[in-house]
Amino acid sequence: MWEYTDKVLDHFRNPRNVGQVENPDGVGEVGSLACGDALKLTFKLDQHDRITDAKFQTFGCASAIASSSALTEIIKGLTLDEAAKITNQDIAEYLGGLPEQKMHCSVMGREALAQAIENHRTGKTERKTLAGKVVCHCFGVTEEELEQVIRDNSLTTVEQVTNYTKAGGACGNCRDDIAALITRVLGDASAEPAPTAPAERKLTTLKKIKLIEEVMEREIRPLLKKDGGDIELIDVEGARVMVALRGMCANCQVARFTLKDVVEQKLREFVTDDLVVEEVK
Amino acid sequence: MNQTIYLDNNATTRPAPEVIEVMQPFLHELWGNPSSMHDFGGRVRKHVEEARAQVAQLIGADASEILFTSCGTESNNTAIRGAVEAAGDRPHVITTRVEHPAVLEPCRWLKQQGCRLTELEVDHLGRLNPEDLSRQLSTGGRAVVSVMWANNETGVVYPVPQLAEMVKLAGGIMHTDAVQAAGKLPLDVRRVPVDLMTISGHKLHAPKGIGALYIRRGTRLRPLLLGGHQENGRRGGTENVPYIIGLGRACALAAQHMRAGTARMATLRDRLQAGILASCPDTQVNGDETRRLPNTLNISFHYVEGEAILYHLSDLGICASSGSACAAGSLEPSHVIRAMGVPFTAVHGSIRFSLSRYTTEAEIDYVLEHLPGIIQKLRAMSPFARPAG
Repeated sequence: MWEYTDKVLDHFRNPRNVGQVENPDGVGEVGSLACGDALKLTFKLDQHDRITDAKFQTFGCASAIASSSALTEIIKGLTLDEAAKITNQDIAEYLGGLPEQKMHCSVMGREALAQAIENHRTGKTERKTLAGKVVCHCFGVTEEELEQVIRDNSLTTVEQVTNYTKAGGACGNCRDDIAALITRVLGDASAEPAPTAPAERKLTTLKKIKLIEEVMEREIRPLLKKDGGDIELIDVEGARVMVALRGMCANCQVARFTLKDVVEQKLREFVTDDLVVEEVK
Repeated sequence: MNQTIYLDNNATTRPAPEVIEVMQPFLHELWGNPSSMHDFGGRVRKHVEEARAQVAQLIGADASEILFTSCGTESNNTAIRGAVEAAGDRPHVITTRVEHPAVLEPCRWLKQQGCRLTELEVDHLGRLNPEDLSRQLSTGGRAVVSVMWANNETGVVYPVPQLAEMVKLAGGIMHTDAVQAAGKLPLDVRRVPVDLMTISGHKLHAPKGIGALYIRRGTRLRPLLLGGHQENGRRGGTENVPYIIGLGRACALAAQHMRAGTARMATLRDRLQAGILASCPDTQVNGDETRRLPNTLNISFHYVEGEAILYHLSDLGICASSGSACAAGSLEPSHVIRAMGVPFTAVHGSIRFSLSRYTTEAEIDYVLEHLPGIIQKLRAMSPFARPAG
């Protein structure tokens, strides 16, 4: 068993504020079924932008549930500006600490809060989008997110970053990139992150490839990004279009259907009607 | 709630009181070294050999074919690394994707040492296709094959008798990790041509810290532990006498309870499964139900996470385990569940209940009384669950 504090176990056994606020002023959704944890946060404001009510729905382990419960308790009564300053450390401290390997649960809480505030301010209702370069393709974690977590928590090792964000915790291919990112954030300006090797592209029919790229950018990518995913064109051989799913889509089984139904259909519609889409890893 | 309802017997089992009892004299008065020349040690040696015969009898082997080890992991390492090193010119190592890490890790280490390694795939019910092994065996070269008799997570039973025949025909070496099968299924090496078979004490009501490896007479094996002539030079180190005596007794008890005990376990397991399926919607049984250990139920609750279920069960004194990422202390769900391609709505909510011959009907009914409430509570807070009703 994990070494959970009594406070973690209390919030797990008796979670506060479960559910959804009616007519919420802010909604934040992060995580997914495929990743193993997800959190939906809703809150209500009074006329002075003070959070009067906050509720959560969480799919996840005991510490994910406890972190979500703690988050709602912390932000109730805060103004939006005050809430925006809450860090994952605040959530972990409220619970008397979390096991190192479970710190990502507190980070999930902060991300949901940031997104709910963003949702209130801009009216955007999309789920987490992958803003910036994706570093960990298995869990869909971007450079921007990693930089913030590294800074907020003064992380110094790749293992810590994995504990806090899950990044690097599956295939492990991005661990060098994470190491480079840590070096950069810690202030060693000379150390640039190792560039990720661009996918090898054999250009057979330049024009066709260009058109496919354009259609993917315009018609397909926005759809996938709504679910925190992305797509990359790897190669074109005759009528075969080879693509790789990235981000949230990379390990998602629903994405298999997305590929056939949406991508192929769109490409046939806008490029040529004989195209066959294939996924490569 | 002070009672413990122990349904995690594929992790470890309660040491049988009869086993603990026969071990006592070897901790108190009979503490001699079985290798000694004096009678004080010689008397201990006699008991060790009796225990060896008891272990042999459970699987139809000759006592001389039983090697005592410290655990199942040591038996697996000894078998696989020992057979590969004895074979010389880097044989083809063949195993499956659903093996216990105590098999997978040594196989992957051998790959780093230059051996060709094949990990056979399983289907969505966790089944192997014997044709796949046949194809691999025909690729040439001497093969060392390791396929578990039964899977620890799903309980799926593999066709080891058939596979062993194929390996024998191809002139390869066949090892089976029978840690989960021993004591639950009849095993007979006179009828199944395996060369090596792993047994672990604490999975069949002996204490932790003792295992055995069956080595068919004539099988060449390089010892893992050098440093003594014990166990016919196959494993250096003074014998762990009290635990060897315990393992012998545990094997004798297992043989004695084989028929009635396993039938009872299967009845109770089926009662648990039927009860859960009837009371919890959106659940699925993982693994082939038609070829499964009598004591194991691996079941997924969609839209909820396994560790959260385990903690609620634990609050009620119920012990089970989960293949979920969080429960495993990693970020990815169990390799067995992933190899089977269990739908992503269900991988993180898989729970394993594993019974023993001590499990009672009242315990099963207690689980059935409380589990549906736990699942409902967790689904009520899950952003993915369908509204109840």
